[in-house]
Amino acid sequence: MTKKLSNTSILSQLIRRDMRVAMRQRSEFLNPIIFLLVVITLFPLAVGPGADTLSRIAPGVIWVSALLSAMLGLERMFRDDFRDGALEHMMLLPCPIELSVLGKIIVHWLVTAVPLLLISPLLALLLNLSMQALPVLILTLLLGTPVLSAVGAIGVALTVSLNRGGALLSLLLLPLLIPLLIFATAAVEAASMGLSAGGPLAFMAAFLVLALGLSPLAVKAALQVSVN
Amino acid sequence: MWRWLHPYAKPEATYRLNRKLLPWFAIPGIILMIVGMVWGLVFAPADYQQGDSYRIIFIHVPSAMWAMGFYVGMAIAALIAVVWQIRTAEWAIMAIAPVGAVLTFISLFTGAIWGQPMWGTWWIWDARLTSQLILLFLYLGVMALYVAFEDQRTGAKAAGILAMVGVINIPIIHYSVYWWNTLHQTSTITQMVTRLEAPAMPPEMLWPLLTCVFAFLLSCSALIIMRLNNEILQREVRRPWAIEILKGGK
Amino acid sequence: MRGERTLFTDFSLKVSAGAMYQIEGPNGAGKSTLLRIVAGLLAPQAGDIRYKGELSQHVRRAFLRDLLFIGHKAAVKPELTALENLQFFAATQGVPCSEPPFALLAKVGLVGLEDVPAGNLSAGQQRRIALARLWVTNSQLWVLDEPFTSLDVAGIDMLHQRFAEHLQAGGAIVLTSHQALDWASASLVRIQLEYNW
Repeated sequence: MTKKLSNTSILSQLIRRDMRVAMRQRSEFLNPIIFLLVVITLFPLAVGPGADTLSRIAPGVIWVSALLSAMLGLERMFRDDFRDGALEHMMLLPCPIELSVLGKIIVHWLVTAVPLLLISPLLALLLNLSMQALPVLILTLLLGTPVLSAVGAIGVALTVSLNRGGALLSLLLLPLLIPLLIFATAAVEAASMGLSAGGPLAFMAAFLVLALGLSPLAVKAALQVSVN
Repeated sequence: MWRWLHPYAKPEATYRLNRKLLPWFAIPGIILMIVGMVWGLVFAPADYQQGDSYRIIFIHVPSAMWAMGFYVGMAIAALIAVVWQIRTAEWAIMAIAPVGAVLTFISLFTGAIWGQPMWGTWWIWDARLTSQLILLFLYLGVMALYVAFEDQRTGAKAAGILAMVGVINIPIIHYSVYWWNTLHQTSTITQMVTRLEAPAMPPEMLWPLLTCVFAFLLSCSALIIMRLNNEILQREVRRPWAIEILKGGK
Repeated sequence: MRGERTLFTDFSLKVSAGAMYQIEGPNGAGKSTLLRIVAGLLAPQAGDIRYKGELSQHVRRAFLRDLLFIGHKAAVKPELTALENLQFFAATQGVPCSEPPFALLAKVGLVGLEDVPAGNLSAGQQRRIALARLWVTNSQLWVLDEPFTSLDVAGIDMLHQRFAEHLQAGGAIVLTSHQALDWASASLVRIQLEYNW
């Protein structure tokens, strides 16, 4: 009856449960996406619908809006678990906490980034981004959103025990995410001007490796402080 | 070495050590500050291009340097606090943070003042200024996180973790901002500035500048030591040794 | 295993097989804190927790495999049904259920409620879901914070029976409760914590 518990089986159980929980409260992670769409709509209204202006600011607008909308949805990564005790349970699973944290990051990425990737062509269309830049935009989102989830997890883990973490979370995280913003927009800009975007994309890949490698350590330390 | 250092981690020992160290930082700090400021602001020659307005570097450069330096110092204190659970190191984080934040603010403020005669505008998105601005945000984040917790130990630990994450990020932010700046460099003004500062500075400007750099380091360290001692006394106010000190003024 | 000191007092406890330790004390005496220190959720200010002679954080994996901790907040996800919660607990405790554990549901008195999200159940019923973990575990050491909270008489009875079985099988229980546990007086150790400043 007893089966030896391996790390991977615990990880897959965690991911499966969290995905199921996420699917039961779809609106929670769809709302940030709708927010993103609304913010994108505001820009043509504010700066004028000129096709040239829009396509020039498109990479920046899309990425800034993506960052802001991510801030809205991040909190739910650990907040509910903290309230109902699942976080403590997770920390007492017989597997490294870093691994469970990685599971949390993966689930968060799946439920937030995948919808974002799906609507990214629409965003490009709305802001008149040239079609040659679209693949690069998607690539930057593909490389950048896991960094967002991983670095975001640190901020959420630090603020999860606070009742009013929202604005604080953005204050902590946005400065840390500036390099991501710089390279992502540079890549899309280069691509829309017909230049190679390889350099900035390589940097983003490096960030991805760094963030996924180091952030679980920081999240673990932060959670141990927070479950106090 | 650890065994040797460990006795100093006790609040009382730290307090007494700080008491002994304070004059060694404060007195040379004040003297150097006076010497450096007078030397730099009065006696150093004027710049052939910028005239007297360049003299603000005697404040701007040291504050910018140590703004970054104290962040690293804060992260080291955080590492000690988180890894070895030493309470005095937790207090040190909060002793350093506001000093560093004020230095960052001074460097931004003087940078803006300097910018007015140089570039004709109070603010330009120069790489140096931009990364200082982000540094200020990092400081504010650490301080905001600390005060957000009701329990000060939790707050200090959380702020410490954030400081460590920040210190890993600082070089990345720094270089990406420089890279971003070269990418968007349309005005020649910024190029001019970097050209001006980088090359060999004549010794009659360099020496007062170095004096100011050390003066800032020593006097800010003295401030931090004083802040840390205040914090220790406040936290340990119920302990016999602290009561004795507070009563006897010893 | 022993904790040498809590935040409040010098404290040492050796937990041995087949015994139940009831920690009592007024509110705020540090009962929950003590349990969380034992489980490793909190680091003690000084002193250590040893498991079979080793520091528990050094043999973390083996220790956690042998530990079942149910805290104040029971880790029951309100979005999931009783069945889904149970399956997750069973799987992560190394006793996966190959089929839906209806027998277990029946045992803890949740039949007919298996498809209702746990959030819609009463506090006592949610407690039962959490406590059902006690039936799908091989852990020797149970650390339970107020396990009887919001249970009805039948539930308390059921729990007593399960405790007796566990002690019989050589397990150990550390719990906080204001319930009288006289039936187990042979193996019961009562520990009184005082409210210290």
